[in-house]
Amino acid sequence: MSDAAVYNFAYLDEQTKRMIRRALLKAVAIPGYQVPFASREMPMPYGWGTGGVQVTAAVLGADDTLKVIDQGADDTTNAVSIRKFFERTAGVATTTHTSDATVIQTRHRIPETPLREGQILVYQVPIPEPLRFLEPRETETRRQHALEDYGLMHVKLYEDIARHGHIATTYAYPVKVDGRYLMDPSPTPKFDNPKMDMCPALQLFGAGREKRIYALPPYTRVVSLDFEDHPFEPTKFDRGCALCGAEGIYLDEVVTDDCGGRMFVCSDTDFCESRRTPPRAAAPGLNEVPR
Amino acid sequence: MSISAVAPGFTDSVHDAQRVFRAVLGALARPGRIARLDATLVPPPPLHSTAAAILLALADFETTVWLDDGLSDDSEVAEFLRFHTGARLASSWREADFALVTVPERMPALATFAQGTPEYPDRSTTIVIQVEAMTNAGWEFFGPGIPDRVQFSAAPLPLDFQRQLAENRARFPRGVDLIFATAADIAALPRSARIVERA
Ligand SMILES: [Zn+2]
Repeated sequence: MSDAAVYNFAYLDEQTKRMIRRALLKAVAIPGYQVPFASREMPMPYGWGTGGVQVTAAVLGADDTLKVIDQGADDTTNAVSIRKFFERTAGVATTTHTSDATVIQTRHRIPETPLREGQILVYQVPIPEPLRFLEPRETETRRQHALEDYGLMHVKLYEDIARHGHIATTYAYPVKVDGRYLMDPSPTPKFDNPKMDMCPALQLFGAGREKRIYALPPYTRVVSLDFEDHPFEPTKFDRGCALCGAEGIYLDEVVTDDCGGRMFVCSDTDFCESRRTPPRAAAPGLNEVPR
Repeated sequence: MSISAVAPGFTDSVHDAQRVFRAVLGALARPGRIARLDATLVPPPPLHSTAAAILLALADFETTVWLDDGLSDDSEVAEFLRFHTGARLASSWREADFALVTVPERMPALATFAQGTPEYPDRSTTIVIQVEAMTNAGWEFFGPGIPDRVQFSAAPLPLDFQRQLAENRARFPRGVDLIFATAADIAALPRSARIVERA
């Protein structure tokens, strides 16, 4: 008997999928609002993105092509095991190419290749509540969202400016969704925040331990919080990728040898590799530019 | 009525439900966009296969469904939905998770369905409205899921529906989400959609 026959399609039972699907529909109708859902135990630890895995399992169909990235890379232990999990339980096609994927599950990054209509980006979220580190009580943060009372966050960011001369937050930089809900973009670098704004793809967020789902429909206004005299500034790198030469993209510092050698390379491994290899499936000669 | 008399549901309950869910997700993510939903179901009349598929994909014993005046609780449609979903039939639309409207001209006012609370706006009714026709003309909408603006209208609907849609948006984040279904197509107007007010 094959694994596919042993498991439910995409692991979860139909009743659980329906419950998650209903939560997803509410999340899309109320952009940025955190919908509670009855998170299930998954055969992996919480730190491995069980919220994202449950959302992917509820969304995925037999015709989908799945890509899984962790910090931009397709080949980390976490990304590989989640990809294998869905290959085994759903029999879906998988890819490392952003443009070939219909569903992309991610931890901590948004691909550099612009997303398109029809694609779904699923984020693994550890802490969905942007106000949580300022206010531990759920009843209180619920009330603040209900009243659109986000003064605490503005005070926090302003204290940043007073102390550091600029807003020091570089990850999980809070955003306002369609002028209404304050949202945690998950621990993506603030470099990626502008990609969320008016993105043609549907963005879904799943927090397993915290049992919350939220969403950004395509073409939704997503604005990073800032102040008139201290406007939001995405991280800029003063160099290009040491491997592919790309500029204006997110770089990771990697150690290259035992002697402390370092270089900066694309965090998005698919983006970097596709720049270093000739276009796929191109007929010989057709894509060659005469020198 | 005997079980053998109930019309069959999805031919492939797992993959049909997934496909229908994705169609509904796509509709809510792109308000006003009309998309074909091929459902192989043959539900009892007056239920369309599209509306039937939506309820079979989303409703279960954890949810309540309210049927409008066109569908009494002992109708074949009620039996069909009870049998295939296990959903409880709600006696009033005011508290229902889902509402199935087959006579839209006489549907209750949107404001009288469950709206959710300021803290939990998700505790609201999703209304599936069977209509005869939908078109990308007429009312104009903007907001999340709409690149610029989109025109959409459906018929038949209550005469004051434009005002009701504007008021539904004004209650945001509380409010109801609407899924329209003709015999072949679906489209949605989530509460996030803003209607352009015209004289
Ligand atoms: Zn590179």
